[in-house]
Amino acid sequence: MTCALEFQDLTLGYDRHPAVHRLCVEIAEGSLTAIVGPNGAGKSTMLKGVIGTLRPLEGRIAFGRIARSGIAYLPQQSGVDRSFPIVVADLVAMGLWREIGGFVGLRAVHRARVAEAISAVGLEGFEERPIGSLSGGQVQRALFARLLLQDAGLVLLDEPFTAVDARTTADLIAVMRRWHGEGRTVLAVLHDFDTVRAHFPHSLMLARELVAHGPTAQVLTAENQFRARQMCEACDASPHTCGRNAA
Amino acid sequence: MMWEILVQPFADFGFMRRALMGCVAISVGATPVGVFLMLRRMSLTGDAMAHAILPGAAVGYLVAGLSLWAMTVGGLIAGMAVALLAGFVTRATALREDASLAAFYLISLALGVLIVSTRGSNVDLMHVLFGTVLALDDDALTLLCSIASVSLLALAALFRPLVLECADPQFLRSVSGLSAMTHFTFLALVVLNLVGGFHALGTLMAVGIMILPAAAARFWVVCIGALIAVAISVAMLSSLSGLLLSYHYSLPSGPAIILVAGLAYALSLAFGPVGGLAGRAFPRRYVEA
Repeated sequence: MTCALEFQDLTLGYDRHPAVHRLCVEIAEGSLTAIVGPNGAGKSTMLKGVIGTLRPLEGRIAFGRIARSGIAYLPQQSGVDRSFPIVVADLVAMGLWREIGGFVGLRAVHRARVAEAISAVGLEGFEERPIGSLSGGQVQRALFARLLLQDAGLVLLDEPFTAVDARTTADLIAVMRRWHGEGRTVLAVLHDFDTVRAHFPHSLMLARELVAHGPTAQVLTAENQFRARQMCEACDASPHTCGRNAA
Repeated sequence: MMWEILVQPFADFGFMRRALMGCVAISVGATPVGVFLMLRRMSLTGDAMAHAILPGAAVGYLVAGLSLWAMTVGGLIAGMAVALLAGFVTRATALREDASLAAFYLISLALGVLIVSTRGSNVDLMHVLFGTVLALDDDALTLLCSIASVSLLALAALFRPLVLECADPQFLRSVSGLSAMTHFTFLALVVLNLVGGFHALGTLMAVGIMILPAAAARFWVVCIGALIAVAISVAMLSSLSGLLLSYHYSLPSGPAIILVAGLAYALSLAFGPVGGLAGRAFPRRYVEA
């Protein structure tokens, strides 16, 4: 098994408070993994560590064959200013940034790929609409189209289906499965266990520390969920300085 | 009759032609920058930067008198220093951009007023604050046109990073290291255009020709290229009408130009089809899909 990502005793946090504590996990290349756990379990923090916006307090993340530039990331709250006058096709085309950079024009090949990505997420006919006129689900579709164009080896999705209806979720899951079929590594933070059971071969349960990692059926057990809740609550109730950090 | 009112002043007087030329240059250079300021919700940043320039121009004046170059260089240094310091504080500490910028520009402004009032006369202060569009010499015109050219070329080169920095800064940072460079180059363009503008319109009025046409354009068109085109047209027409008004009614020209731009804004606000007041009062029939 080749590793796409290896978390080596990783601790991440804000203002000295660890949100992810001493995580040791290997994510296999080409795997489709759901990250689950209660609110405040460090799921988003873990993704921020991977893309490098948060520096480890301790430990490190080892990347396999993927360079950090080969990561596509969809944040929980996307930073898109929806009042900005930009049309769907232009927003989606920015997924090509790594190929075309900031200054080179779009060629016919690129335009064809933009059109293909837009139709893959079911937004045909919306190419010239300003993003301000789209619904929340449509914006999420457009952001998935942009991710498609990023052509990344590792795709990180932070609660991609929150506030999105069933139909849109189904379409976007199809996109996600397409990435999986193409051998890309996908990590997605999710709360809906039914979705996870139906579509994700692997799961990783987090409660600041690792609760379980492996085939989804073995991870999403009632026992693990109970343990995860307890671990989160215990940590909130009595924060202590970690022995190694205090030294 | 129309000839006498509209063209004669420019045909007869060189200073009117120079004033028009200078204002057209400012319209072309500063207004697109204003459009981006507005889209990034930084309209008031322009105002803050204008105040920040004052001490630099004042020191330039103290060193070399009413010298175009000394005041320009002084203004640029003061403006860039405030922009860089505020940008640095925003990126490195917990303070948000508005607060850090406000802190630095207030310090800078107080310093400027102190310098001007201890050494200069009131007339000089008026020059810095309100400009002298009717007394632009060759050097000033060259400066204004150079700034407009540099500004347009820089905006053209930076267009994509700048649009993305406005629309989705998080994404830009995730795919490219251009984010900080784009932000600071843009602030530099703001300072450059304000420094150019203050020779003609004064430090305070220069912001007007940057922001008012952009705000007016927002009520007419949606897409960004059209916004820039409409804003430049509004700025040029305001300059022309403002200069004519000031000529015929002996009004100070800087405020006259800005007030006409203000009128254009008010009319756009009332009658503009994109979210204007009239559009709200009498909504168009929706498209039946």
